[in-house]
Amino acid sequence: MLEFISQNVFSPLTAFLLPSAWQPYAVYTLETVTKIVAILIPVLLTVAYLPYAERKIIGYIQNRIGPNRVGFFGYSLAGIGQPIADAVKLIFKEIIIPTGANKTLFIIAPILSVAPALAAWAVIPFNDTLVLADINAGLLYVLALTSLAVYGIIIAGWASNSKYAFLGAMRSVAQIVAYEIAMGFALVGVLIAAGSLNLGEIVRAQEGWFIHWFWLPLLPLLGVYFISGVAETNRAPFDVAEGESEIVAGFHVEYGGMAFSVFFMAEYANMIIIALLTSLLFFGGWLSPFHGIPYLGAPSIVWLLLKTSFFLFVFLWLRATFPRYRYDQIMRLGWKVFIPITIVWLVVAAILVVLEVPPWFK
Amino acid sequence: MLENYFPILVFLSIGTAIGVVLIGLGLVLGRLLGHARPDSEKQSPYECGFEAFEDARMKFDVRYYLVAILFIIFDLEIAFLFPWAVVLDEIGMAGFWAMMIFLGVLVVGFIYEWRKGALEWE
Repeated sequence: MLEFISQNVFSPLTAFLLPSAWQPYAVYTLETVTKIVAILIPVLLTVAYLPYAERKIIGYIQNRIGPNRVGFFGYSLAGIGQPIADAVKLIFKEIIIPTGANKTLFIIAPILSVAPALAAWAVIPFNDTLVLADINAGLLYVLALTSLAVYGIIIAGWASNSKYAFLGAMRSVAQIVAYEIAMGFALVGVLIAAGSLNLGEIVRAQEGWFIHWFWLPLLPLLGVYFISGVAETNRAPFDVAEGESEIVAGFHVEYGGMAFSVFFMAEYANMIIIALLTSLLFFGGWLSPFHGIPYLGAPSIVWLLLKTSFFLFVFLWLRATFPRYRYDQIMRLGWKVFIPITIVWLVVAAILVVLEVPPWFK
Repeated sequence: MLENYFPILVFLSIGTAIGVVLIGLGLVLGRLLGHARPDSEKQSPYECGFEAFEDARMKFDVRYYLVAILFIIFDLEIAFLFPWAVVLDEIGMAGFWAMMIFLGVLVVGFIYEWRKGALEWE
């Protein structure tokens, strides 16, 4: 498919427009852009429909129906037109820039939070061969980019020149930074087990069925990683940064219209990344839980998507179930519970690897 | 090796471009088709209906600063652990014990700051 487009569209086009020495590079760039678009369209559609899924699922958990009016051509179809209607509304809304705000920083902040949230997808492998950038420092790259989200938040809180935004940004940054340490230690556990930073290699190291995956030897790290992921994305029950009942909306209180929805997109894109990484690092990615059984046991992208959907559901489930943590409780959980657990389990994981305990480490 | 990073560069540019286009779309369409009628009340910072008492760039709790300092220390430890974790298979018992001593020093520091109350938030 890509080769067909490349030969019939990109090659003639670049041959017509550019000197022949540049042509191979131009064709390669265009091919890369096509691949990126092929990754980003499903991602953006998921980002658009995840809030709808969230409202629907939390609705049913609370014995309501959720959004059910907006549809297409007079058919409501359980409200599946809702995200599109929301997007149109948000585009036409005015972006208010407060008088005291630093205008440039105020506009840059949402861009700075969405760009890394999307660019982290560059190294995600979807199956054994389907990966855009197969770099050997994949996990480090993902960790680096998800950490960049902090800049968007702190710049937004500072540039707004509003007290709620400022307090929200301070809380949010301290929380993200605290949980990032626990998350980093949990990832080191995965590295010890897999012996590689390449995400594809990490999945291949889990070859086998359900009990061969890393969730079993690294069970405490899995818990720490996923809960830290929830805290990193500022999702309930760790959403004191937004805390609508105390500081209104936290760092994005002054944002409206498209600027707000870009923050919203970044948050949901980060959620999907965390769910996807949990299934890649701890649950065997595209490997089938029925390894060795014909047809069902074949590795496939379907398994990866099923696992990711499950963890996304857990995100929504947590939000519907738990009340919000108090801020000092969040900090205590991060520093005094998670960091000791991860340090102890790092040593345990290292001993398991050095002693080559079957069936995970050979 | 390095050419593997080219798609990442392109991806970063496209991600930034998406942000710029969406914000630009919001600014332009919001002004053209919505009604932009700015006034001083609407553009003042939100403070539950009150006039802003003081500038928002105010004093804040020093513990946030402490958290940032502790983060730098621990994140550096993680940066040291990453390469060690990748080659643990090949460096044998000597490598294993070297890192255990390193982690021991880290834990001593961690206990110290815990006992000093650097992690308290009440």
